[in-house]
Amino acid sequence: MIGSIPLFDVLLVSGALFSIGIAGALLRRNAIQIFLSIELMMNAANLALLGYGAALGTHQGQVIVFFVIAIAAAEASVGLAIFVALFRHTETIDVNKINLLKW
Amino acid sequence: MDALLRDHLLTLVVFLPAAGAALLLFFPHSARIAARNVALGVSLVALAASLPLWTRFALDQGGFQFREKIAWIPQLGISYAIGIDGISLLLVLLTTVLTPVSLLFSLTHVEKEVRGFSIAFLVLETGMLGSLVALDLALFYVFWEVMLVPMYFIIGIWGGPRRIYASMKFFLFTMAGSLLMFLAILFLAIRYHAATGGWSFALEDLYRLTFTGSTETLLFLAFALAFAIKVPVFPLHTWLPDAHTEAPTAGSIILAGVLLKLGVYGYLRFALPLFPGAAMRFAPWLGVLGVIGVVYGALVAWAQHDMKRLVAYSSVSHLGLVVIGVGAFTTMSLSGSVLQMINHGLSTGALFLLVGVLYERRHTREIDAYGGVAAVVPVTTALFLIATLSSIGLPGLNGFVGEFTILLGTWLSPHRWWAIAAATGVILSAVYMLTLVQRVFWSPFAHEENRKLTDVRPSEFIAAATLVVLMVWIGVRPNDLLDRIRPAVESLQKSVAAKQIAEAQP
Amino acid sequence: MTSSLPLWVLPAIPLAGFAINALLGTRFGKSFVTAVGVGAAGLATLAAYSRLVPFVAGSHATVVETVTNWMTVGTLSIDISFRLDPLSALMLAFVTFVAFLIHVYAIGYMHHEATDAGYARFFAYLNLFLFAMLTLVLAESFLLMFVGWEGVGLCSYLLIGYYFDLEDAAAAGRKAFVVNRIGDYGFLLGMFGIFAAFGSLNYTEVFRKAAEQPAQFGPALSVICLCLFIGAMGKSAQVPLYVWLPDAMAGPTPVSALIHAATMVTAGVYMVARCNVLFRLAPEVMLFVAGIGCFTALFAGTIAIAQNDLKKVLAYSTISQLGYMFLACGVGAFAVGMFHVMTHACFKACLFLGAGSVMHAMSGDLDVRHMGGLKAKMPITYWTFLAATLAIAGIPPFAGFFSKDAILSSSFEAPGLGRLLWFVGLFTAGLTAFYMFRIVSLTFFGEFRGTKEQAHHVHESPSSMTFPLVVLGLLSVVAGWIGLPAVFGEHANVIGPFLAPIIAPIAGHEAAHEALPHATEWLLMAVSVAVAASGLYLAYAWYAKQGGRTPARLAASYPGVYALVADKYRIDELYDVLFVRPLAWLARTLWKVVDVLIIDGLLNAAAFLVELTGDFLRFLQTGNVRNYALTFFLGLIALLIFVVGAM
Repeated sequence: MIGSIPLFDVLLVSGALFSIGIAGALLRRNAIQIFLSIELMMNAANLALLGYGAALGTHQGQVIVFFVIAIAAAEASVGLAIFVALFRHTETIDVNKINLLKW
Repeated sequence: MDALLRDHLLTLVVFLPAAGAALLLFFPHSARIAARNVALGVSLVALAASLPLWTRFALDQGGFQFREKIAWIPQLGISYAIGIDGISLLLVLLTTVLTPVSLLFSLTHVEKEVRGFSIAFLVLETGMLGSLVALDLALFYVFWEVMLVPMYFIIGIWGGPRRIYASMKFFLFTMAGSLLMFLAILFLAIRYHAATGGWSFALEDLYRLTFTGSTETLLFLAFALAFAIKVPVFPLHTWLPDAHTEAPTAGSIILAGVLLKLGVYGYLRFALPLFPGAAMRFAPWLGVLGVIGVVYGALVAWAQHDMKRLVAYSSVSHLGLVVIGVGAFTTMSLSGSVLQMINHGLSTGALFLLVGVLYERRHTREIDAYGGVAAVVPVTTALFLIATLSSIGLPGLNGFVGEFTILLGTWLSPHRWWAIAAATGVILSAVYMLTLVQRVFWSPFAHEENRKLTDVRPSEFIAAATLVVLMVWIGVRPNDLLDRIRPAVESLQKSVAAKQIAEAQP
Repeated sequence: MTSSLPLWVLPAIPLAGFAINALLGTRFGKSFVTAVGVGAAGLATLAAYSRLVPFVAGSHATVVETVTNWMTVGTLSIDISFRLDPLSALMLAFVTFVAFLIHVYAIGYMHHEATDAGYARFFAYLNLFLFAMLTLVLAESFLLMFVGWEGVGLCSYLLIGYYFDLEDAAAAGRKAFVVNRIGDYGFLLGMFGIFAAFGSLNYTEVFRKAAEQPAQFGPALSVICLCLFIGAMGKSAQVPLYVWLPDAMAGPTPVSALIHAATMVTAGVYMVARCNVLFRLAPEVMLFVAGIGCFTALFAGTIAIAQNDLKKVLAYSTISQLGYMFLACGVGAFAVGMFHVMTHACFKACLFLGAGSVMHAMSGDLDVRHMGGLKAKMPITYWTFLAATLAIAGIPPFAGFFSKDAILSSSFEAPGLGRLLWFVGLFTAGLTAFYMFRIVSLTFFGEFRGTKEQAHHVHESPSSMTFPLVVLGLLSVVAGWIGLPAVFGEHANVIGPFLAPIIAPIAGHEAAHEALPHATEWLLMAVSVAVAASGLYLAYAWYAKQGGRTPARLAASYPGVYALVADKYRIDELYDVLFVRPLAWLARTLWKVVDVLIIDGLLNAAAFLVELTGDFLRFLQTGNVRNYALTFFLGLIALLIFVVGAM
């Protein structure tokens, strides 16, 4: 079980996933890819939470993970809805090209 | 009902216009005639309500009368504390007189957004009245700011060609000063809290605080700057010509008639008694700037081509004299300054009104566009001439009494040369005003378009005649006002002297 | 029958007349206006005399009547009080009577010219003037006098500019007011000084204190008197503040007669005479007064000889005669100065009304070069004008002789520069006779030099105009007889002793006055008469007999000098260059440079800077989501470092 994996290893994987997620969020142009990266970051956080929960022997980590999953789902739906509407308007999901709020 | 009137007369006077404004919110946009009649009616009722303030004012007391105090935000020590003394009584009456006069004039001249105009004017009146009666610094600040917004709209919506620039300039200039004052007010409250453990913004409580040296100077300057911008004192005066010129006639009347006086009033009510040591140290500055204002304002007025701008600069000149009286700080010069505030409100109000009469018909303010119009508008000419004579201080009219007492009072102070320099204003004012009169009303008839000018309408005539009657009354019977000013001025001088002694003690 | 009319009624009557005519005059037509306007003047005269007769016949004690308190501020308390003493009584006597006569004259003069509204306006202003003048004369304090002082200035402005659609008239009115204001500035400073020194502006108190304890007031008194005299210089048109009076001739002739000859301009002399206690304590200022008066008399006299406008000659003549009055006051002969005020009022008003009559006949032309031979067609005008001319020239037994002679002999016996002043005054008397008889000759003698239409139109004026002329002409003959010099007998001089009470004795300043020996007096009189007669004869010879050939030749041989004098020494142009233009330039510069460029410039620059900063900062808003994300990230890093570092 996760309890038998050393905490450090769990955190390492979590940290790696989080970094990959941040890199993806900052460096990607495709909106869907940015969303995927954000999901990745959230799951990395989930992993860290589970690891700590197991290491400290509480259920709190798993409870918070439920919250995070729900929030991630909600955020993804809202974000995708915005982009669908935006796509109808601008015909692209390349975030570099969507600069309506430019000075 | 009687108890209501007796105990809350002042509140009634202050909030009646706001109530009228609230009422107007329910009127439809298109009910122009109803809106302006209601506004005029409300302002007249406010005037009627303010008359008992005059008649029931006790002449032998130096303190505040008609006082009311209700706790507003007790956790911060902010209370609704109001009251009037001789100085604020006269300014309150000036406000309640000039507002209906302005609205009467606007009856036939404001055509668009009449409902909005009326609401703005009534809110403005409440703001002015509230500032004049507030005895709690936070309350005062609220009313002070309330005055700014409607004025901004009045200039910005119903004004002349450069109205946006003028209203922005007016607003930002005044706001800058007010913010400094606000910081000072907060500092005062914090100091009070540190000294006594309780919170209060009430004037009587804060009067008891004493300060020394640089603290006092900075606080004083913060207050004084806000008021100096309002007066306006040279060189902070440049918002005035733009604001006065671009404002609609009614706005100019109120701006020149009342708003400018609030600067002097604020100085006398707050800056001076709260920080007398610093005030006395800076008084010579005030006097010198006043002298410069008198001469500078008069000369620049002479050089103008625009009628309203000329009258605007004449305000700078006249208020310079008022400032000198405050700086000299003798009983005579202070009384003269208070009186001259009222006088200036009446005479300059009348001048703006009559210039407005011409402007509304020809839509030009250029002096060169007129000439010889006395033949076509004799009544306007006569009224304008009387207002001019009051403005240049002809004995027998109100302006002379104020001018003479200020100059004599200043002569008797250690700063005699201020009087010598400022008295040249009698020559200069005759020069620029009579030049204006000559080029607009006398001289050969120059432009055929002027033949179509119509003389004053009944509404305009009543408005102007009211002011003229007051000018003559005050000129012939100044004691009616001086008797009410005297106790207030004496009490001010006493409290300043007492506090200076208190501050001198370690 | 000694129920006395309160003094305040005297100015109140013309004030009421003003109010009625101003508000209702246009509605009720010319007859109504005449009745009210002239009636008010007449009533005021009757009321004045009802107070004067018992005053003169009975005791000459000073009467002070207080009506009410006007203002009380600080230590200043001014009452509205009126004073009747010999000085104000004298002024009252001739001011009201001459004003009444001129009101009557104006009926005929203004009848053709004005519309109903204009006619009403004219008489309203005339009444207002009378109100102000009476206030000035009867005031018991400097401040109340100042009310009247400025009031007459106002009426002068309104009446000079009566024909307001003429640029000349409007400009002249403004010039009069502004120049008067320069004088008023001095008056104001003098009043402040008086209050500071004496603690009061009340005549009784001030003069009593000054007379009882002169030593404690020191040099301040000289400055005060100088300031007061500056006020007098403005109002009474002395050098350098005289320039408004000649221009003031643009107003209707009755105005010139009343205001700019007989009454308003003498207010300065009245004021100096009233304040004689103060002036006598400031001998340097007295010398200055005498010097200015003497110089002005000469200066204006020289200008008058080269003018061709009938009214302008009279205007400069007025300035010159006012100079004489100040000369008298300056050498300490205040009563003599007032005597000349009175006689001058009579004959100068007569001259001006006569000029108006001539102007009427000449269809508005005042150029004496177009006149001539009017004697035949306008006998009444001629004879009264001649009488007044002889009076002003100083020919006995006409009025001007006695007053002018008294001035000259007072100067003669004055210490210091007295002889010089006398000599200049004597020379100017000759000039006066010369230029006055010049215009008499050019106007009434010889052949008519105008156009045919003018010749056709020449006629004597209606009786409403000639009646005052006759009365004033008679006065020009007899008015001097109340001031016969001592050589005619101990009690010959009536006016001297009458006015003596106003020359209060000053503690420690005993007047050492020995009268001139009679022989010297007779000699001086003979000399003045001789000089005056020669002036008259020279004018007669040159203009009436020769038709002006000699003066024309003289003018041609010194064209520069003549042009300068005829152009009134170009003083107006000098003032324009010295004062008006630089001041106008200063006004424009202050506006354009200081206000617009510097102050507003700074403000607008500050606003511009804010705008610039905003313009710069907005580039941060790239609209690119990825930039924002990067900013979040960097901020997060910074926050973490900060938090971790703090721990």
